[in-house]
Amino acid sequence: MAYAPLPIAPRRFGETMRTDAWWIQPAVIFLLFSAFIVYSTWAALQGNHYTYGPYLSPFYSPELFGDSPHAWFGAKPGWWPSWLLFSPAILILWAPGGFRFTCYYYRGAYYKSFWADPPNCAVGEPRSSYLGERYFPLIFQNIHRFFLYLALVFLVFLAHDVWQALWFTDAAGHRSFGIGVGTLVLAANTTLLGGYTLGCHSLRHMVGGILDRIAERPVRRAMYDCSSCLNRNHMQWARLSLVMVMFADLYIRLCSMGIWTDWRLL
Amino acid sequence: MSTATFRIWRGERGDGRFEDYPTTVSEGMVVLDAVHQIQSDQANDLACRWNCKAGKCGSCSAEINGKPRLMCMTRLNELDLERPVTIEPMRAFPHVRDLVTDVSWNFRVKQKIQKFTPTAPHAADGTWRMQQRDIDRVQEFRKCIECFLCQDVCHVLRDHQLHDEFVGPRFLVHIAALEMHPLDTADRTAELREAHGVGYCNITKCCTTVCPESIAITDNAIIPLKERVVDRYYDPLKALVRLVRGGTKGESRAT
Repeated sequence: MAYAPLPIAPRRFGETMRTDAWWIQPAVIFLLFSAFIVYSTWAALQGNHYTYGPYLSPFYSPELFGDSPHAWFGAKPGWWPSWLLFSPAILILWAPGGFRFTCYYYRGAYYKSFWADPPNCAVGEPRSSYLGERYFPLIFQNIHRFFLYLALVFLVFLAHDVWQALWFTDAAGHRSFGIGVGTLVLAANTTLLGGYTLGCHSLRHMVGGILDRIAERPVRRAMYDCSSCLNRNHMQWARLSLVMVMFADLYIRLCSMGIWTDWRLL
Repeated sequence: MSTATFRIWRGERGDGRFEDYPTTVSEGMVVLDAVHQIQSDQANDLACRWNCKAGKCGSCSAEINGKPRLMCMTRLNELDLERPVTIEPMRAFPHVRDLVTDVSWNFRVKQKIQKFTPTAPHAADGTWRMQQRDIDRVQEFRKCIECFLCQDVCHVLRDHQLHDEFVGPRFLVHIAALEMHPLDTADRTAELREAHGVGYCNITKCCTTVCPESIAITDNAIIPLKERVVDRYYDPLKALVRLVRGGTKGESRAT
């Protein structure tokens, strides 16, 4: 009879009896999220190449102050400190960033991938102490619904950007309807962000989940059903919209830099 | 017929070791079959809890190749039999002997949860009326077979051993079934936040992953409960609404 001694006690960091490649999922998520953080920070700090024709990068939308024709209130404000780097993205990116950071899906994913709490299911952790989201600082994750309100407003702006991307101005200054690859990229981006935002757990709760008797409330029941439908694939919406928003900025940036050509389809 | 090796935890009260048992396996066998075969042929004193062998009693919970699973629902053709198959007892509960753990903590926790408190009967004959649409949501939670695999995989209990402060996913599902019931009138929000420790859950979804009844524990039970706690304690706009409307129970009981 062969023996393999092992005490029944909390496992050490990374220790597990799992025989599958449990580390792949957190590693892929770590790389994906890290790539997004690095790229979005870099792109937001550039302050240029964020528009091309009628297109506006989603990282810069809405452009409150800036040099492009998309800016709502004109150029960089005079009160902006001269020592502080200015980019239109800095003014607005905290809102969608906060929405994603406090999202229930992202929380579970980055607690695993970035904090190893736990590294994966039934895998030993590096720390014995644990506060969860019950105490400071993670108790602030409870503000997610306020970022949701902002994200819903941003969806309207992004939908408006898609509308703007349908109208091209020629050399003579005439505005005409058209569809370019960039239009489709922005439309896909807004669709994916819509699927992600409208399937948010907080929204699902507010539109109907809070009610114990929803059968008698047809409008809220319909909203709850729609949100629940999207919520079932919330993780996929979250990941796809993350990649797409990055690609939309990259597409417009490379077109603006003259590296890529925006093909007109119509 | 072929031979596979099962590496089974043997010992008492946490003190023990793995022992290897080679045994013949055939098509259609589940892990519990192999354990019974080993019990019959090689280790008559091997302790193992089981009952229905149909995935409905929740007795034969164990960790198979490191994953919390029901032994009776884990088919051998899902496993790599070229390597020894490890079978351990659940790690979130006190060990008794071999594959048996003492899960009585769960029953004590359940006693602390406010019971179902129905509204006054809707009809003179003492009966109630409710719509199927309203009961559908809690119906999912009633599928729970209390195998406690979700409790076992939850790192708050398994690794951090916060049994005194956190009731675990199984009982958050139980509370959700009560809280969301269209006839229930009790208010468990304060207890959820304090005694039941819903804030300890950090949404890793491991409980959902291991549930043999495929209950969407995190999405349909725990997060909605967290949102109800947010309504009550962390949302100043809701607090303002409650102040204007009066009452503290929020909107959930409204018809």
